[in-house]
Amino acid sequence: MNIPNDYFYSKSHEWIKFLDDTTALIGITDFAQSELGDIVFVNLPEVEDTIEVEDSFADVESVKAVSDIYSPVAGTVSKINEELFDSPELINESPYDAWLIEVSDITEKDDLLTAEEYEAFLSEEA
Amino acid sequence: MAQKTPLYEEHVKLNGKIVDFAGWMLPIQYKTGIIAEHNAVRQKAGLFDVSHMGEFSVTGKDAFSTLQHVVTMDLSDMADGQIHYSPMCYPDGGVIDDLLIYRKSETSYLVVVNAANIEKDYEWIASHLVGEVDFQNISDQVAQVALQGPLSDTILEKVTDKKNIPEKYYTFLDQVPVAGRPCLISRTGYTGEDGFEIYLAPEDAPYIWNTLLAAGKEEGLIPCGLGARDTLRLEATLPLYGHELSSTINPYQAKLGLFVKLNKEEFIGKEALTNLKATTDKKRVCLVLVDRGIARAGDKIYHGDVPVGEVLSGTHSPTLGKAIATAIVPVSLNEIGTVLTIDVRGKMLKAEVVASPFYKRNQ
Repeated sequence: MNIPNDYFYSKSHEWIKFLDDTTALIGITDFAQSELGDIVFVNLPEVEDTIEVEDSFADVESVKAVSDIYSPVAGTVSKINEELFDSPELINESPYDAWLIEVSDITEKDDLLTAEEYEAFLSEEA
Repeated sequence: MAQKTPLYEEHVKLNGKIVDFAGWMLPIQYKTGIIAEHNAVRQKAGLFDVSHMGEFSVTGKDAFSTLQHVVTMDLSDMADGQIHYSPMCYPDGGVIDDLLIYRKSETSYLVVVNAANIEKDYEWIASHLVGEVDFQNISDQVAQVALQGPLSDTILEKVTDKKNIPEKYYTFLDQVPVAGRPCLISRTGYTGEDGFEIYLAPEDAPYIWNTLLAAGKEEGLIPCGLGARDTLRLEATLPLYGHELSSTINPYQAKLGLFVKLNKEEFIGKEALTNLKATTDKKRVCLVLVDRGIARAGDKIYHGDVPVGEVLSGTHSPTLGKAIATAIVPVSLNEIGTVLTIDVRGKMLKAEVVASPFYKRNQ
């Protein structure tokens, strides 16, 4: 299971990559995409939407089911990855490149896990 | 605790993602994923473990009379080695299950039923036997694998003689060797492609499974799970009990009127179905989502503001690259091009009635 060191993680299997102190990209982890299977549809919020910690801000659908994606931070959506509308499979192919949204003006963070902690968390779950 | 099929260990070895389906531990997919498995069956070939399906043997002098009494299809024209598909109905016309009936001889039939309905079907038929008949649930003694896809025939020829392969769709050959083990080979399937369902002894299942996978390797044969089985059958618009069929759905609503033979002398449900043929005012349609999103079973459907039904099955169609769904709606809304609205998790998405089935192979 691929878990890059320069990202942070949530227990609901999102990754977060800080671009600066108050801006970050959010996606879903390799573990999450492999659990979901082939992703065929992504529903993203709109730019300028505000989101709170643990808000469901997006959903991704695999062939079989839909899954909510939760935000590990509070802030404002500053970009969405529109490429995923046409190519949702990028999440399966390259989960740490296929960011879902960029959040700016981050005011609050959930308890984020480091790569090492996330790996430990996954092995406990298994 | 869910039961294991004789192929459970093979699924684990192949990294199958195991789920509980109708009380059986079966792979929803292997590491290849649902879309690759789906495409393998459409373009080349796929192998499924369908050992969870139920099998009954009906033998004796009145085997025919019993089956003719409980199913809606007319079995009187069947030859040995032929298969009929039929609904089995309650007296009110609601569907108990849909079955495959194999005629081995005038006094010996094999009946194949859905895994989730084995006990219900067994009890129903057992309480409606006619005359001298021996009726047995032999599900535990029968394993089944489905080899499906355009290259199935080529692959099967590698493990058995050509003369052992039934030529026509909906026919079978019994007690023929596959890789040297006695099997019943049936030219049937649940995918919309050419293919075979092979019935065999549980102890032979792992050997035959692995022999077929090895034999089909160069043709691109891969193991396929329940996920692809569902997307394939939905594209082909084959009904799934509990979705397009149920005790509250009659065969006319399900567009299976072709399998109800009202000119048959007598069968359970005949009176109700005679009436329902004339009065059924809601029928199954095929829908393609126009707006982005995927409708799922249970989502409510509207025509304008008027609720008109709910989604029976809904998924992403790998072949069409679109979200597809089935529904039963008033016949006034069955016309191709009719636009309906589906409430998908709070979003009102447009869907259009399209021709049925969603997918039909080039013959």
